[in-house]
Amino acid sequence: MSKFSKKKSGELPAVSTASLPDIVFMLLFFFMTVTVMKDNSVKVENILPNASEIKKLEKKDRVITIFVGAPTKEYSRVFGTEPKIQLNDKFANPSDVGDFILMERAKKPQEVQNFLTTSLKVDKNANMGLISDIKQELRKVNALKVNYTTYEGDAFNNVQ
Amino acid sequence: MGRRAGAPEVNAGSMADIAFLLLIFFLVTTTIETDAGLDRMLPPIEPPENDVVIKQKNIFQVNINKNGQLLADGELIELKDLRGKAMAFLENNGDGSCTYCSLGKKDASSSDNPSKAIISLKNDRETKYGTYITVQNELVGAYNELRNRESERLYKRTFTSMELEYAKQETSASVKEELKDKITRIQEMFPQKLSEAETSSSN
Repeated sequence: MSKFSKKKSGELPAVSTASLPDIVFMLLFFFMTVTVMKDNSVKVENILPNASEIKKLEKKDRVITIFVGAPTKEYSRVFGTEPKIQLNDKFANPSDVGDFILMERAKKPQEVQNFLTTSLKVDKNANMGLISDIKQELRKVNALKVNYTTYEGDAFNNVQ
Repeated sequence: MGRRAGAPEVNAGSMADIAFLLLIFFLVTTTIETDAGLDRMLPPIEPPENDVVIKQKNIFQVNINKNGQLLADGELIELKDLRGKAMAFLENNGDGSCTYCSLGKKDASSSDNPSKAIISLKNDRETKYGTYITVQNELVGAYNELRNRESERLYKRTFTSMELEYAKQETSASVKEELKDKITRIQEMFPQKLSEAETSSSN
C-alpha cells in the first residue's frame, strides 16, 4: 500500500502538456515552408478561370504580376464597378503598365532581366478590351512572355 | 513528489501560446500562391512582313463575339467541337507532304502541312475573359494532343510529360540535353502558329 502514491479515488493523472507546442510548431513549419509572404493585397475581384493545358510558373523571382478585375466592395464606391488594373497595391490605367514593367525589370538582377514572365491574374468576368490594351503595352516594352494565370480544372466551367 | 531529483519541470503550457501566436501571424500574412497558367508569347511590335504570301486555306480563323459565340472558319460551332476541328485542320495534309499525318482527310480547302498551318484568333472587346481562356485552352489542347500522339509513337511518352520534366529544376543537365532534342523535334512537327488579331468593337 505504501508503494502507491496517495491518490484520491477518481482523480486522473494530469495530462502532460509538454508535447502541445511540438504539434503547433509542426503546423507552423508547414506554413512557413509552403507559403510566401503576401506582398500585395488584392483589391479586385479575382476569381481566375480554369484551364487544363497549364504550365507551372517555376521561378517566383522571374514573375511580374498584374491583377485585373472589378474592384471589391469597399473600393467599388470610389472606383466604380468596371474592371480595372491593379499594379502593386494601386489601381492603374493601361498606359501605366509599360512604366510599371520597366520599373520592375530594373529592380531585378541583371541575368534575370531577359527571362521575365508577366503573370496576368485576371478575373474571369473581365472583358477582353482591357486585356488587349494591356497586351499592346506589354508588346511596346518587349515583355513578350506572358502567362495567363488560371486554376487547374476543366476549362468548360468558365463558360457557364 | 520526491520522484524527481533536480529542478522541477517547467510548465510547458505557455509554449503552446507562443507557438499559436506565431502560427496565426503566418496564417494571416502569407498566401499559397496559384502559380500555373497558359504560357503564351506575344508577337513583337514590328512592321508586318507582307511579302510572305499565305494561302487562305492555310489559315484557320477563330472569332469570338461579345456573347461568347464561336465562329471557326466561317461556321458557327460549339466550344466542345473546337478542339476536334482545330486538330482536323492541323493534320489535314492537303498536299500529302506530311508523313506523319495519317489521319488527315486531305481536304483541298484546308491546310497543306502542319508547318504551314496558322490559327488566327480574334475576339471582341466585350468578350468575357473566361470564354477567351477556354478557347485558348482548347487550341493549345489541340496542339498538345497531336504532339502527344507523335511523342507516344516515337518516344513512348507524352510530350507534356517531357516538357514538365525539362522545366523542373531537379533534372540533370544531361537528361535536359536529350529531352531538349526530342522536344524540339516534336515541336517542329506541329509548330504552334497561333496568332491574335487586333480586337474589334462591334455595336
